[in-house]
Order: sequence, then C-alpha cells, then structure tokens
Amino acid sequence: MDTGEKLRRGGGRLCCICNDRRAALKRPKTLQQICRECFYAVFEEEIHQVIIKNQLFKPGERIAIGASGGKDSTVLAYVLSELNKRYSYGLDLFLLSIDEGITGYRDDSLETVKRNELQYGLPLKIISYKDLYGWTMDEIVKMIGLKNNCTFCGVFRRQALDRGAALLKVDKVATGHNADDIAETVLLNILRGDIARLSRCTSITTGEDGPIPRCKPFKYTYEKEIVMYAYFKKLDYFSTECIYSPNAYRGFAREFIKDLERIRPRAILDIIKSGEDFRISTSTKMPEQGTCERCGYISSQKWCKACVLLEGLNRGMPKLGIGRTRGMSSDQMKNPKPTGAAKNIESKQCGSLDF
Amino acid sequence: MQLTVEFGGGLELLCDSVKIHSVNVDVPNGEEKLTMGDFLMWVSKNLIKERPEMFIKGDTVRPGVLVLVNDCDWELTGQLETTLEEQDVVVFISTLHGG
Repeated sequence: MDTGEKLRRGGGRLCCICNDRRAALKRPKTLQQICRECFYAVFEEEIHQVIIKNQLFKPGERIAIGASGGKDSTVLAYVLSELNKRYSYGLDLFLLSIDEGITGYRDDSLETVKRNELQYGLPLKIISYKDLYGWTMDEIVKMIGLKNNCTFCGVFRRQALDRGAALLKVDKVATGHNADDIAETVLLNILRGDIARLSRCTSITTGEDGPIPRCKPFKYTYEKEIVMYAYFKKLDYFSTECIYSPNAYRGFAREFIKDLERIRPRAILDIIKSGEDFRISTSTKMPEQGTCERCGYISSQKWCKACVLLEGLNRGMPKLGIGRTRGMSSDQMKNPKPTGAAKNIESKQCGSLDF
Repeated sequence: MQLTVEFGGGLELLCDSVKIHSVNVDVPNGEEKLTMGDFLMWVSKNLIKERPEMFIKGDTVRPGVLVLVNDCDWELTGQLETTLEEQDVVVFISTLHGG
C-alpha cells in the first residue's frame, strides 16, 4: 500500500476551505469537510466572534474559568488564553476549580487542572466543599446514600463557584458549557416544567444582577468539535465519569440529543433556538429573586437551597430540602426550627461572599 | 492484518484502562476487505470487557463516540463501509464523559 492509496481512501477529498490539504473532519454545524489547520482557525474564530458579538468581556476584566479538568473546560482555558493574546482582550485569566471531595475522581481530575495551570500559565484556585460546608461528597454519600447526592453536589457547586470567584475578586466566571449541554438543558427544563430555568438556560450571560455574572463562550460550539480540537491539539484532559453520578434522567436526554444529532446535526442549534424563542405567558408565576436570610446568597426562598440542604445534613435529616422546593410546605421554609446545630452552621463559612 | 486501536475520552475504562492496543485481525471469510463494520464487531467482542452498551448501539458505535481512521473523521471515509488496511490506526473517543 502506498501513500497515494492512503490519500485516496482516507477521504481523498480536499479541505473545502483551503482546497489544498486533506480534509480531516466533517463539521456538524455546517457539514463542511475541512483540514486540521482550517478547523483550528474556524473553531477559534467562531468563538472569538461569539465573544465580540455578545460582549462577553471588557478590557481589564479579571475572568475565572471554571475548570474541572474535563474536555470542555480544558479546551476553554486553552482557547481563551490564546484569543486573549491574539486579539489583546486585556483579560486577567484564572482557573477556578471545585474540590467536591470525591476520592478516585476529583482528586485525579484536579491533578489535570494543576498541570493545566503550568501548561497555560494561568493561576489556579481550588475551593473545597470541606472548607466551605464542612462536608466532603464522600461523607455526604456515606450519610445519604446514592440517592439525591447529585442534588447536594449541584447546589453546593453553584455556590462554591461564586465564593471562589469572590475570593479571586474576578468580574466574571466563564464556564465550558457547550451547545450539546445547553440543548440538553433546554429539553430537561421542558420535561420538568421548569419555566424559570428554561428562559434562563439559553442566555449566554447569566446572573448580571447578581454579584458575579457567568458566561458560556462555547454556547454555539459542538461537543464533537471540542473533543476533536482537544484530540488534534493533544490537550491534556481528564475523562472519567463521576463515581457517584447515575443521573439517569439527564442521561436519557443526552442520548436523545446525540441520536438526533446523528440524523440531523443542526438539531442541536435548533433546540437552543427554540429555547431562546420561548415566550412565557404572563399567567406563569416567576419566582422572585431575593437573598438567603442565613448566608446572603441569592435565593427565591427565605433560605437558599444550600443552607436548607446543609441544615438537613447537620441535623441528621438529609431529606430536608430534597424534592420540589416549590412544592415544599411554606411553613417549613419560613420557620425552620432553631436547633443547637443551627448555630454550628452559622459559624461555618456558609456566610457572605466576602469571608 | 496488523492494526492499532486507541481508546480515549473514558472509553479505555471499558477495556481494563488500556488505551492503546496492537491487534491482529483476519479479513472475514469470503470477504476481500476488512470494513469498519466488521472491525467494530471484532473490537466489541475482543477488546471491550465491560458495559458494551457504552460503545456499541445497534450495528454501529453509540452516538457520541467519535471514530478516526488514520486521524481522519470516519464520517469522511464512509463510516461502517470504510475499509481498513495493514498498519491502519483506528481511534475511538467518547464525548460523553465529564466536562
């Protein structure tokens, strides 16, 4: 077999952009067949255009990249630091990681983030659940088992990112959510009837009224391209499923999206578009945004979800706050019984953002 | 036929965490060439040790698994019909793990 044979077979087709090099992949978004070099160029340029059009950053801002060590955040850290140099965004970039305290999963992925810190020259801050809440996920799972553990982890991570961002004194947090993730979340919010989140989840920037806004530069970036980019560039990322994450419901939505993508790759962008264009009827009650009386975090209830969950853990009643918050008896939410343990929590760093 | 198989993106966990495999695969009886379709079945039978549903769905890879033959997206080479040759490198990467 000679190279001519290989060329002919390996898609003898040329890149439809440069018409010079051999095509290496098919873009899901456009179905174009392009070579590696042109792929790098269009991939990076599209993200740059998204950043510019949506004014995601302002010159001089400090930006934390939520870094899990996984493919999305690793590629985000790499691309953002490249674009920051290439187009002189004038940003101070940081890596912000959350240590949930999951042995055999997060400890390994944090090693990846520590390597990224050196590879990309971005300062890294790690915030742990243990320090913030007094509990690791390992300890929480030991107490509550494998049901609802993802609820704890998700609620705690949201706050932990904000608190880490406050510690770093950043202006904004950028996360690696990609187009597939957003399409999946649109579907999930429809399936759950969660209108408030449905209208929020497609926004490229959220929380602008809160202390630290978040943005998703990969909102229109396909997962396939992120993984291809990481593969061709040989970026160092960690890819193990969380040992506590069954999350079957999300898994089905994921699989459904991937099945659709195979038949019609545009489906992903179309679902995002549908999410964006949903109009909420005026009769739908939207939860009012306030602050948690206990820790000052944003909350539509008297106590924020993290404080309710933490109260349950510390009182040995981990079911407290599980299930539908909206359906929870309002008495329970409004008059949480004071207990000895409550004092304990108040002394924990569940407090304001500037601890 | 001597081939190299590489698993990435978490798929290596399905085969004892070994990422790179050098394998020897015979062209099926009565066939002239080894296709990716044949090879997928061979891989799932001989290399995948657990949770095959993470790798295969129906007669092809599970949606969300990327396939490259000699570093070229198999969507450009005919997917299951892609024919393999001596010394080819086939890469499988899951996009479904972690973020």
